[in-house]
Amino acid sequence: MSVLLIAEHDNTKLKPFTLNAIFAASKIDGEVHVLVAGTNCENVTKEVASIPLVKKVLWCESPNYQNYLPENLAPLVTKTAEKYDHIVASANTFGKNFMPRVAAALDISQVSDIIKVSSPDTFVRPIYAGNAFATVKSNDKKKCVTIRPTSFEPAEKTGGSAQVEKIEPVDVPNISKFIKREETKSERPELGTARIVVSGGRGLESGENFKLITDIADKLNAAVGASRAAVDAGYISNDHQVGQTGKVVVPDLYIAVGISGAIQHLAGMKESKIIVAINKDGEAPIFNIADYGLEADLFKALPEFLAELNKLNTIQK
Amino acid sequence: MKILVAVKRVIDYNVQIRVKEDGSGVHTDNVKMSTNPPDDNAVEESVKLKESGKVKEVVAISIGEDKAQESIRKALAIGADKGIHVKADSYIEPLGIAKILKKIVEKEKPDMVFLGKQAIDDDCNQTGQMLAAMLKWPQATFTSKVNLKDKSVEIVREIDEGLETIEVNLPAVVSCDLRLNEPRFASLPNIMKAKKKPMEQLNAKDLGLDLTNRIQQIKVEEPPRRKAGIKVANVAELVSKLKNEAKVL
Ligand SMILES: Cc1cc2nc3c(=O)[nH]c(=O)nc-3n(C[C@@H](O)[C@H](O)[C@H](O)COP(=O)(O)OP(=O)(O)OC[C@H]3O[C@@H](n4cnc5c(N)ncnc54)[C@H](O)[C@@H]3O)c2cc1C
Ligand SMILES: Cc1cc2nc3c(=O)[nH]c(=O)nc-3n(C[C@H](O)[C@H](O)[C@H](O)COP(=O)(O)OP(=O)(O)OC[C@H]3O[C@@H](n4cnc5c(N)ncnc54)[C@H](O)[C@@H]3O)c2cc1C
Repeated sequence: MSVLLIAEHDNTKLKPFTLNAIFAASKIDGEVHVLVAGTNCENVTKEVASIPLVKKVLWCESPNYQNYLPENLAPLVTKTAEKYDHIVASANTFGKNFMPRVAAALDISQVSDIIKVSSPDTFVRPIYAGNAFATVKSNDKKKCVTIRPTSFEPAEKTGGSAQVEKIEPVDVPNISKFIKREETKSERPELGTARIVVSGGRGLESGENFKLITDIADKLNAAVGASRAAVDAGYISNDHQVGQTGKVVVPDLYIAVGISGAIQHLAGMKESKIIVAINKDGEAPIFNIADYGLEADLFKALPEFLAELNKLNTIQK
Repeated sequence: MKILVAVKRVIDYNVQIRVKEDGSGVHTDNVKMSTNPPDDNAVEESVKLKESGKVKEVVAISIGEDKAQESIRKALAIGADKGIHVKADSYIEPLGIAKILKKIVEKEKPDMVFLGKQAIDDDCNQTGQMLAAMLKWPQATFTSKVNLKDKSVEIVREIDEGLETIEVNLPAVVSCDLRLNEPRFASLPNIMKAKKKPMEQLNAKDLGLDLTNRIQQIKVEEPPRRKAGIKVANVAELVSKLKNEAKVL
């Protein structure tokens, strides 16, 4: 029994969610092997080898894997999977994109977005935007599983020394081409892993007004989130969206400002440890799940909030 | 060119679902159903491409019980030309749905298959990618922009880091994000006209496929509920609570 985990990286550094996936994989089986496929990605293999939970690193070099085109990556994973019982990746846009191709090629029914490992074949996953939890058992011989990174803690990064084994690339079909990636560059912490998230909704009324949110975020060293309404209205870019069709976040503190609390938004944040809601409508559903609710006009409350925070000197960087 | 667009009938997104007491699933009797929201975007985009003249025919397909035809009729009212209903009375996993879609693709020979990026009930996010793998076609998932060319399609995808542009050869599978377009409402005359459009009916059982489900549902439970919190009077109290009570500042 052993687990094949597919690492997500940018060819120089490992993406943080892979650590959570490794932790989850170790709950399935202790023998976790990690596939690092990419171009000039030797540094990533070293990073992975030092993770104590990793027992072996499989390193595959080819320009064809540089941008994770699923048409190219899936055949490599499918071939490598021959020797494994479980194939695991994060349930983010990386894992969601290629894993079903692997599952289909192996004639396996994939178990998506698990939040708990009950046993090597039984998992818990949210359905209906997290309004129900289903416990499911996979009866396939091999199992393809994607894990919800925020439901598992990250694996320790240092102290291990796994063996690195080079493997050969496989043929690619040449039916797809990467053109470009426009990443939103930001000095702020990543939304998925931030300790504090400050999110704005339609109540902000414009992109300029989002400065009220970003000022607070910068003061708290927090990530910035948004409702779908705010993204659709163009106040902020899509990578900030929290919810069923956006990102799932589980910070220590989630501050929802001018967000009504639709179930699709709650699906992405209701597991946060502490939830604060600032909304001028006392009946807004967000107050039903908020630990601390402030019924107020955000245009008045946010500047006051910033002023109060400036009085505190204890904010952790 | 020809597009096959897959529509799934799901519990309406506004419904607060209720888990059955015996843990066997969620209540679906007398619950409002509608087309899975991103599937509306898939239909809209297909019809827009037809209106632009680049696409000649749009075929809408749904797999499910008889009522799945409602989702097909809706697609026909928006502008699809023909419907295919594959009858299946019990649930079929994405792997099985993808096998059925592959069978239909082999018969209909579309240049593209459009789907929603995920179904909002199971949130599996698999069907399109599985279908693409089975057909050995390229895929474009989470699509928010489509630029159809002669032999390929250029796609902007919504990814965790921002946006990605790719170009895939035709034939291809495209899974649609909610931001791809603004689905229109069907007009009454078009709803009437849709009733006369052809609807082919097949039975999933008759397709000669192995559709056995591999995933066994053990139980469905309510998630733990959050305790209702308190309302604070002003910003100063909020900050004081966050610092001294919740200890998160
Ligand atoms: C353990 C378990 C138990 C279930 N029990 C039931 C049950 O009792 N009753 C029930 O009705 N369902 C049940 N389902 C739902 C199941 O049948 C799903 O429809 C199927 O798994 C597809 O998943 P998805 O829709 O989340 O796929 P996704 O991959 O998220 O769907 C993506 C897209 O594929 C297309 N698509 C998917 N399904 C269809 C379809 N049927 N017709 C046309 N296009 C489609 C749509 O365009 C959709 O947007 C269950 C699922 C599981 C995993
Ligand atoms: C299939 C599907 C998937 C979806 N996925 C997501 C998702 O992933 N994420 C998501 O967020 N949504 C999602 N949605 C959309 C969701 O249903 C809601 O429409 C959306 O979350 C609403 O955003 P909002 O709360 O910002 O806007 P609104 O619901 O319009 O709420 C705005 C709030 O701001 C308050 N407000 C206004 N002015 C002020 C002021 N001056 N001071 C204080 N408060 C003020 C109002 O009282 C109101 O409560 C999805 C919908 C569908 C159908």
